[in-house]
Amino acid sequence: MPGQKPPLNHPWPVRLAHWAMVLAVLMMVTSGWRIYNASPLFSFRFPDSITLGGWLAGALLWHFAAMWLLFASLTLYLAYGIASGRFRKRLFPVTAGAVVHDLSAFVHGKLSHQDLTVYNAVQRLAYLVAILALIVVVLSGLSIWKPVQFQPLAALFGGYEGARIVHFAAMSTIVAFAAVHIVMALSVPRSLLAMIRGR
Amino acid sequence: MAELSKSDTRDLLRDAARSLDVPTRRAFIRNVVGLGSLTLLTGCDVIDEDKAEDVLRHISQFNDRVQAWLFRPHVLAPEYTAAEITRPFPFNAFYGPADAPYVDASAYRLEVSGKVENRKSWTLPELGRLPQFTQITRHVCVEGWSAIGSWTGVRFSDFLQRVGADTTAPYVNFRCADGYFESIDMPTALHPQTQITLRYADETLPRIYGFPMKLRIPTKLGFKNPKHILSMEVSDTAIGGYWSNQGYNWFSGL
Repeated sequence: MPGQKPPLNHPWPVRLAHWAMVLAVLMMVTSGWRIYNASPLFSFRFPDSITLGGWLAGALLWHFAAMWLLFASLTLYLAYGIASGRFRKRLFPVTAGAVVHDLSAFVHGKLSHQDLTVYNAVQRLAYLVAILALIVVVLSGLSIWKPVQFQPLAALFGGYEGARIVHFAAMSTIVAFAAVHIVMALSVPRSLLAMIRGR
Repeated sequence: MAELSKSDTRDLLRDAARSLDVPTRRAFIRNVVGLGSLTLLTGCDVIDEDKAEDVLRHISQFNDRVQAWLFRPHVLAPEYTAAEITRPFPFNAFYGPADAPYVDASAYRLEVSGKVENRKSWTLPELGRLPQFTQITRHVCVEGWSAIGSWTGVRFSDFLQRVGADTTAPYVNFRCADGYFESIDMPTALHPQTQITLRYADETLPRIYGFPMKLRIPTKLGFKNPKHILSMEVSDTAIGGYWSNQGYNWFSGL
């Protein structure tokens, strides 16, 4: 309605955690690619020009500095999302039928973005996958960093070498999510503004 | 010394060629940021390199303290079966395998100094007469790869006790025949799996794996396991390390 303020979509803890995670993930991913290049798991390497750190030691310094920012911002995001009921209200329920329905509506250009506070089923699934991937990337990362001190955790991922593969898969999921997320946010600019101003 | 087959030698040379990439890097101070992605994103140098290096070094020192706090002295690194041993075990150093130092076994003396009651030096036969233990553990390289090996030698905590080391001193420093140097914290030195390694896979420790002795620490990254050790010193001050002085995290615990 003209003249009327839209409702508060993203309270400040969500916005703070979101942008801190953006910065942390950017640093973790680009330094992580440089670390990957020192001993590639697969038969490809990331171009050095899109990595952070200059060489292996520099990349490790960035990676193990940015981990604190990722840990703090993800903890804030999860704690707020759970305690405030935001996750429960916005991300659930999500059913396979609803995802298929909304995906088909999206393909046919019939998906509404009128009310940005209500997520469609595809969004719900995407955000849940991203949250899960962030949790897995942190836990598998801890297993690679401390495979002796955190042995039971590392064992969940198949030990040190298993954790490396899981860590890579979680990183890939986060990067894929971010690529789609950025395209979607830019195609609905009001949603980007809402994550900055809250409304 | 163990004879290496042709295929072993080829694998070792490949490992060496890979590791040689590392020392060709430019000076650490100009190189921490790399600037790749951030420069691409913003089109300008957004980070003052000296300031960035200073901040990152401080966080790395904070991470040293966090790791010392996380380190539990009685938690053992996983041990494996003989069938799980990586063959050939990779060579890794800041030089190629051909340049690994030759140490004369008969003239060898391990110098022990610093805060110890008995500063006598040790010959290889003397070290060999101390109680020997074997461990099959995973060596984790800072580059990410890992390999399982079998190491035999003297429990380092036994040795420290025998030389009357002051175990309230915080560090043990090592100097090596190839110019390498390393320092470790006392809790890790006293860990039951920390070992003065004299043998690899039931044979005298081969030259490329650190003859006449290396320190095997399965609770730390590979570069914290010095080879070709000539002297050790129990000390109130750490001498840093060949790699950690260039930017790698000093504690580097697993």
